[in-house]
Amino acid sequence: MADPFSQWKHRTIHDLRRLRNEPILAVAVAAIFGLLLLFIVYPLIRVFAVSFIPDGAPTLRLYREFLGGWFIRQALLNSVVMGVLTAVGGTLIGFLFAFALTRTDIPGKPLLTAAAILPIISPPFVSALSIILLFGNNGLITRQLLGFQEFAIYGLRGLLLSQVFTFFPVAYLTLRGVLESLGGTLEDAAMNLGATRWKAFWRVTLPLCLPGIASALLVLFIESIADFGNPLILGGSGFPVLSVQVYLQVTGMYDLPGGAALAVILLVPSVTAFLVQRYWVARKRYVTVTGKPTRAVLKVVSPATQWVLFAACTAVALFVLLFYATILVGAFSKAWGVDHSPTLRNFGYVFGVGAQAITDTLVIAVTSSPLAGLLGMGIAFLVMRRRFPGREAMEFISILNFAVPGTVIGIGYILAFNQKPLLLTGTALILIANFLFRYIPVGIQSGTAVLRQIDPAIEEAATNLGATTQTTFRRITLPLLVPAFFSGLVFSFVRAMTAISAAIFLVSADWNLMTVQILSQTEAGRLGAAAAFSVLLILIIMAAIGLIRLILGRIFDYRYQATFG
Amino acid sequence: MSVVLEQVTKTFEDPHRPGGRVTAVDDVSLVIAEGELVTLLGPSGCGKTTALRMIAGFELPTAGRILIDGHDVSRLPPHARNAAMVFQSYAIFPHLTVARNVAFGLEMRGLPQGEIASRVRAVLELVELSGLEHRSPEQLSGGQQQRVALARAIVTEPRVLLFDEPLSNLDAKLREQMRVEVRRLQRRLQITSVYVTHDQAEAMALSDRIVVMEAGRVQQVAAPFEVYARPANRFVADFLGRVNFLEGRVVSVGVTGVIVEVQGRRMEVPWRLPAPPAGAAVTLVVRPETIALTPDPAGRDTGFRGSIRRAVYLGATAEYEVDWNGTPLLVVSGNPLEQSLIPEGAAVGFDFSPCTVHLLPADSPARS
Repeated sequence: MADPFSQWKHRTIHDLRRLRNEPILAVAVAAIFGLLLLFIVYPLIRVFAVSFIPDGAPTLRLYREFLGGWFIRQALLNSVVMGVLTAVGGTLIGFLFAFALTRTDIPGKPLLTAAAILPIISPPFVSALSIILLFGNNGLITRQLLGFQEFAIYGLRGLLLSQVFTFFPVAYLTLRGVLESLGGTLEDAAMNLGATRWKAFWRVTLPLCLPGIASALLVLFIESIADFGNPLILGGSGFPVLSVQVYLQVTGMYDLPGGAALAVILLVPSVTAFLVQRYWVARKRYVTVTGKPTRAVLKVVSPATQWVLFAACTAVALFVLLFYATILVGAFSKAWGVDHSPTLRNFGYVFGVGAQAITDTLVIAVTSSPLAGLLGMGIAFLVMRRRFPGREAMEFISILNFAVPGTVIGIGYILAFNQKPLLLTGTALILIANFLFRYIPVGIQSGTAVLRQIDPAIEEAATNLGATTQTTFRRITLPLLVPAFFSGLVFSFVRAMTAISAAIFLVSADWNLMTVQILSQTEAGRLGAAAAFSVLLILIIMAAIGLIRLILGRIFDYRYQATFG
Repeated sequence: MSVVLEQVTKTFEDPHRPGGRVTAVDDVSLVIAEGELVTLLGPSGCGKTTALRMIAGFELPTAGRILIDGHDVSRLPPHARNAAMVFQSYAIFPHLTVARNVAFGLEMRGLPQGEIASRVRAVLELVELSGLEHRSPEQLSGGQQQRVALARAIVTEPRVLLFDEPLSNLDAKLREQMRVEVRRLQRRLQITSVYVTHDQAEAMALSDRIVVMEAGRVQQVAAPFEVYARPANRFVADFLGRVNFLEGRVVSVGVTGVIVEVQGRRMEVPWRLPAPPAGAAVTLVVRPETIALTPDPAGRDTGFRGSIRRAVYLGATAEYEVDWNGTPLLVVSGNPLEQSLIPEGAAVGFDFSPCTVHLLPADSPARS
């Protein structure tokens, strides 16, 4: 048996030789690698470089300063605490929903599902905005109903509330997939062998879900410490977190090297969690999706437990509903907390002063998301169906951006693209590139999932019937990838419309985004305008998703729609 | 169109040993005549599927040539070979309807729309799928999907039809039914066919000739009757059906056969040239259904004597394991309804007709 290195060398040489015979493949691989290196790796290198070499000579000065001071240490600690608590709370609620919706026959499932999905298609700080409207200094509940003069919603308490509500849907989607793929037969088997429902849950269902739960915890941790909008609005000065400090360092103190150093510090917990998720937890999965989920049994839960689950889910759903209703009412109120009489003034403001941001956002989202979908499919196809050197590296780099907090990427882009020949700052291109390369991972993942399910014999059958390799790709592989392309497209569209953490560094007077507007209106205390912007944003996203579904329904079989959940 | 394999060898890179090779097909030569259906039969890993995939062009031979209709196709890409394949998984395009699936090969050949439509209609009628043109594949049963795969392959009027274990995903009843249908279609269309299976009953029922393979090599090529009755070696005898191997010795060589002594009893066994010399050790291939049992043998001449060690009733047949002086012997007797079951432990007499016996040299394992 030879050692792994010589095996690797042997394979690489073999693959390189193969590449020589396929010039189109070689060009495609080289082009994609070039783009990935330029728009993902290079900005990260710039962040590192600037933080370690702030003024010509390599030094650890910035890190010594930051980590030596109590403030940044506290912010780092706060970030981690917030991340851990959000992960635990969000995963708990996510599991609750996933279990109740897959394993019981509680009433109102469509509404509960909608409540668990809604936060995904809205800007991440909508809940923060509602929390201020409801519990803030002028809050409807705290001040108007309960008469508090001072209610400390700012800080960990309010932040946690908004973070959990923002991110539990991610855990819900992950765990729903896990529970569905487990089917119900294993629980049936446990009960058949004499386990009570309770024991079947603790001894079979839960252990089998553990890898999924661990994965949800880590993903929520990553998203939560990377998040920027909620802590900026709700953290206040009493609860500084690192992602906000990065932003303030750059925009408040015009200290790019300092911001870069903080970004590198923020990168450490994120990337650690990402690597654990990808290389440890992901390998421990018990079940692979076979594409044919067994019909879940509905008797694993006693009627009493079922009603408890129903009550808990309903409570969460009502909270979500309350948040969105608040935004809606806020958007049509004259002055929140003072005068709630209906008005269209806020929308007048949005369509007047904010019209530019609306069109900018749409132009950028509509341009970047199809490109992200296409690139995602391309990478998925190459990684799954072709052999070339650096295949694993390509997959890793393209997924890496998922782990890198948006603020880090934002700084990286400013540093990387602020001078000729790569002068992109202030243009639409820098925003488009940012969204394009940040949101390919979902397209890649759904693409690889589809390709894994397509029997290679299907492509062989096409060539066997006389189709050339190109025709086979065009007539067989490509149409089969269409659903994955659209789910990648929908995801990146939603993200391009709602993202803020990287974009806030990249907007300019010429190109502004709605999310940035919502944030600055909130900071300026114009909550009505912020609410109106949010309502409009959510409506645009819903309309876009509806439109895409309609188009797909027209073109393709009904069954493809299931893919978009 | 004939298909010829000339000393075809295929080696793969050994995934566990850099630089090492694994031989999947080892120096196989084969001539398949026009209109013939030949089955490649063997256990999994014997190289039969690799051989088929080389004819289709999905794999290129490491050495040797493949000729279709006298033309060397060894280096042609799959789409230029006109050798339609029916896949084990059917490989039906999931995003196309039944009719579009069947039309695919015709579209690739650039036929006019009108002709495509009429040929698709005709072939669907042939495989009894008329009326299902606009179904999507997932709305079809396994048997119907199988027919679509078959229709899609034959509609292009291929030079060669290739089958890769096409019936292995069907249940037993449907499999037997489809077996008959495949044979009927192939006879009617007269397309030269290569059929890969590990199911010997399927091979027997379908084939003009069977190619038995093991470890990448051809062990025997012959008609089904021949392969079963006169296997070339112990591997073939054992792989097709069930068998008893009795060790014996040649006493003398006569004109019509050889006299063989088995456990003290002599019998004259037919032998084809070259006959083994007197004194040579031989193996007698005795099929279990050729052995007749006699209950209550006391005082009668019944040939050999033994006792029933195990009796299994199977409905159409009964299977016995007979203890013959310590050697276990498998016997299958038909019509147990009339003969009733012989109880375990009973003494029996048994005999077999020497003309059903096939002789092998004592040391004749598989060719490798």
